[in-house]
Amino acid sequence: MGKHITLQVDGSSHDFDMADPTTPLLYLLRDDLGLNNPHFGCGLSQCGACTVLVNGTPMRSCVLPATAANDANITTLAGLGTPEHPHPVQQAFIDEQAFFCGYCMNGWVMTAVALVRDKPHATDAEIRHAFSGLKCRCGSHMSIIRAVKRLTEAA
Amino acid sequence: MVAFNQLMLSRRRALCTGGALFVSFATSACSSSETTAATGMGSATKPALTPPELDSWIAVKQDNSVVGYFGKVDVGLGIQVAIAQIIADELDVGFDQVSVVMGDTAFTVNQGGASGSTGLELGSVSVRNAAAQARAQLLAMAAAKFGAPASRLTVNDGIVSLADEPGKTISYGDLIGGRYFDYELTWNHKIGNELLVEGTAPLKNHADYRVVGKSIPRADIADKLFGNEVFNTDVRVPGMLHGRMVRPPVAGAIVVKVHPESVQLLPDVQLVVHNNLVGVVAAKEWTAIQAAKLLKIDWSTPKPAFPAEADLYKTIESAKTVGKGGPKPTGDTKATMAAASKTIEATYLWPFQSHASMGPACAIVDVQPDHVTIWTGDQKPHYVRDGVAALLGVPAAKVHAIWLRGPGSYGRNDGGDSAMDAAVLSKAVGKPVRVQYMRIDATAWDPKGPASVHKTSAGIDANGKVVAYHYRSIAFSRENIASHPDDPTQSLAGQFMGMPVSSKQAFDVPDETYDFGVQHLDWEVVPALLDRASPLRTSHLRDPLGPQINFASECFMDELALATNMDPVAFRLKYLKDKRGTVVIEAAAKAANWQPQMGHPGKPQGVLLKGRGMAFARRKDTRVAVIVDVEVDRHTGRVWPRHWFVAHDCGLIVNPNTLRRVIEGNIVHATSRALFEEVAFNPHMVTSVDWLSYPILDIKDAPESINITLINHKDDLPLGAGEPSSRPVASAIANAVFNATGIRFRQAPLTKARVKAAFI
Ligand code: FES
Ligand code: FES
Repeated sequence: MGKHITLQVDGSSHDFDMADPTTPLLYLLRDDLGLNNPHFGCGLSQCGACTVLVNGTPMRSCVLPATAANDANITTLAGLGTPEHPHPVQQAFIDEQAFFCGYCMNGWVMTAVALVRDKPHATDAEIRHAFSGLKCRCGSHMSIIRAVKRLTEAA
Repeated sequence: MVAFNQLMLSRRRALCTGGALFVSFATSACSSSETTAATGMGSATKPALTPPELDSWIAVKQDNSVVGYFGKVDVGLGIQVAIAQIIADELDVGFDQVSVVMGDTAFTVNQGGASGSTGLELGSVSVRNAAAQARAQLLAMAAAKFGAPASRLTVNDGIVSLADEPGKTISYGDLIGGRYFDYELTWNHKIGNELLVEGTAPLKNHADYRVVGKSIPRADIADKLFGNEVFNTDVRVPGMLHGRMVRPPVAGAIVVKVHPESVQLLPDVQLVVHNNLVGVVAAKEWTAIQAAKLLKIDWSTPKPAFPAEADLYKTIESAKTVGKGGPKPTGDTKATMAAASKTIEATYLWPFQSHASMGPACAIVDVQPDHVTIWTGDQKPHYVRDGVAALLGVPAAKVHAIWLRGPGSYGRNDGGDSAMDAAVLSKAVGKPVRVQYMRIDATAWDPKGPASVHKTSAGIDANGKVVAYHYRSIAFSRENIASHPDDPTQSLAGQFMGMPVSSKQAFDVPDETYDFGVQHLDWEVVPALLDRASPLRTSHLRDPLGPQINFASECFMDELALATNMDPVAFRLKYLKDKRGTVVIEAAAKAANWQPQMGHPGKPQGVLLKGRGMAFARRKDTRVAVIVDVEVDRHTGRVWPRHWFVAHDCGLIVNPNTLRRVIEGNIVHATSRALFEEVAFNPHMVTSVDWLSYPILDIKDAPESINITLINHKDDLPLGAGEPSSRPVASAIANAVFNATGIRFRQAPLTKARVKAAFI
């Protein structure tokens, strides 16, 4: 009998019996809950494709053991907003037509959510600093920066 | 009258009606079931999915919406919207009425997938022809309905109206909705990129386009941002198991013994072993990952397959030639150079580079006794179908490939291989199997862009005129494995299972049309480094061969400008025999307020050095000129391209805003390749396996601005835009670094270490 954990994911509560307590959070979200995001990009905490907010902080779910997130509030991309009530960050990225394939999106969007919350007037250097380390293979960087500046320069 | 009858009657129906005129169309014996049933005109059954059938391209639904079937796919550059724009205009419907189905082999013909920036240049042509023909068919139906000639009909948003008779309107949906045209277009009997169908209906003048030319946003961006897009990695089918592959630890190793007991503590793990192909299958993805990691295999210890990385270019230059080619030389380059008053020469080096897609490839394959289904994100789904069919030995007609968006793909990445692997595993375990590779599979084991050496030389006469030019590429082939994943012998699965390995020998020379009178451009290909499944096998990577060939040729143009005491822009304008090329160079120079650069920059002092450089590229008929302002940090060796000016001519522009994004993406991706990307290896194995060992551009190194001048040719057809602006990026950066530092870097990438070392 493994460890029992509870996660709040995008507003609903889920219980898990952890047969393997080392299972990363990513696999509970994708495999057990059937969520379509976050994505697997590296499994090494090097890219950001798997990013979710854990109690408001962007975390790499590919390396975070699910047991370490017990009782946490987890927000995925799909939990930020809806087409009817988009999160301002979602709206800014749509308006900017950011991203190509979009596979990297979770890292950039979740980091942007935390950034504009914590630093609503972030400068160009602060934006680049906050995003540093995230990968986008398609080269969406210009539109990503512009999308965030739609919020930081309007705030 | 005769004209629109011909439009209306397909060849097949013409047989049926005995080629009768339009009056008999509504009354002929064939017509009651086939054409004018109460539900509308057209045929009730869908003709087979073949290229000439109009129904293979366009469907009109009862609600007056239109579906376009596109045999290529949108890997993130927005072509789905562009195709819908073209259909909307040719068919006279609103953009919002059109949806576009892409890449599903049950609904689209093989137009070659995403390939060679041909989505609009080639792919849209057939779609456009079909849409124009569909409009003509619909107008003919409306004419029959109203008993009036088609010339009196007008169409707006798919509603046909009879001129001067206000009540007489009918929608496309009411004419044919849910039924089929059953009309045959003329087909050139090719498949893939070259596939072309044509109708008899006239095409619209571009001047009459209302939707083409508008910056309509991509709908998939919002879908993705709300988490609503189902990527191919998100497919889950009932009974699906998870597979992972186990690759040899060194290149060329073969399986000596597999130890199943090493994974016996994990729940329900199945092993699949065929010669040197090894996979694990489990119910849970995390279990499969653990099993692949824990599975103990005794591998052989083959002799080193590769040279030391430091000897790569020496190895290329000294290897035997297994293929050569190039355009016919003009004049005697050797003799002209010998007689010249000055000669200069230079050698440029370009490394192996990896696709390293953002997500390792994924495929789900369900091999059933009489049918195979594939869910793939590969950019060439029809070829994936053909490859899996050949691997399994079943007819392609029994294999259905469903394409869903996957991680961005830039040529032959690991996508095709993943479908082959999943097919082997699914067949072995009798269940649908999802294989997603791990990062090491995507970075160490994906097909690589080839490493190359480029030798350039030129002769200059006493008046400072270039009178002879020689350009030679010596390189690994562009395709150790084919760029289409349609042949199992060209896949990792096939090669690990022991299928014979063969390699096409081809490379290329510059596309830009400088004319130095006497010139000789050629290429030589050297053998692949390993005669079996190799982590250094080459295939197409974005703008295959473009960046490396251009790096040598456009940097050498700057070297020639210096040697002839000319400004680099003026030098190009003098020797370039290409009017459209001249226009983009002038446009970029104007946007950047280019000031002539005369003479050697010397040895500038200071820590942060600034410079500006330019480069020109032609890719097929698309032209791009770029100017970049760089900053070079002498202490760290960091090169930061801060500001770009791009002038871009890709013919008719279908969607300007999306085109601007595509150009930005090319500039950034190609900057990453120019400054950071180099496959690392030792004599045994590729050692760049993840984002630390295969670093790419970080956002701190992204430019501050990319200024884009779009040159629109409203009278032209749309040309390629998905890759051409990648081509001149490395060259322009190196030229700008020379301008900043006085140091000519002839080896890519211009890494910090390389640049820093040059200052010492
Ligand atoms: S998948 Fe988690 S950081 Fe890359
Ligand atoms: S948009 Fe493709 S990886 Fe970022």
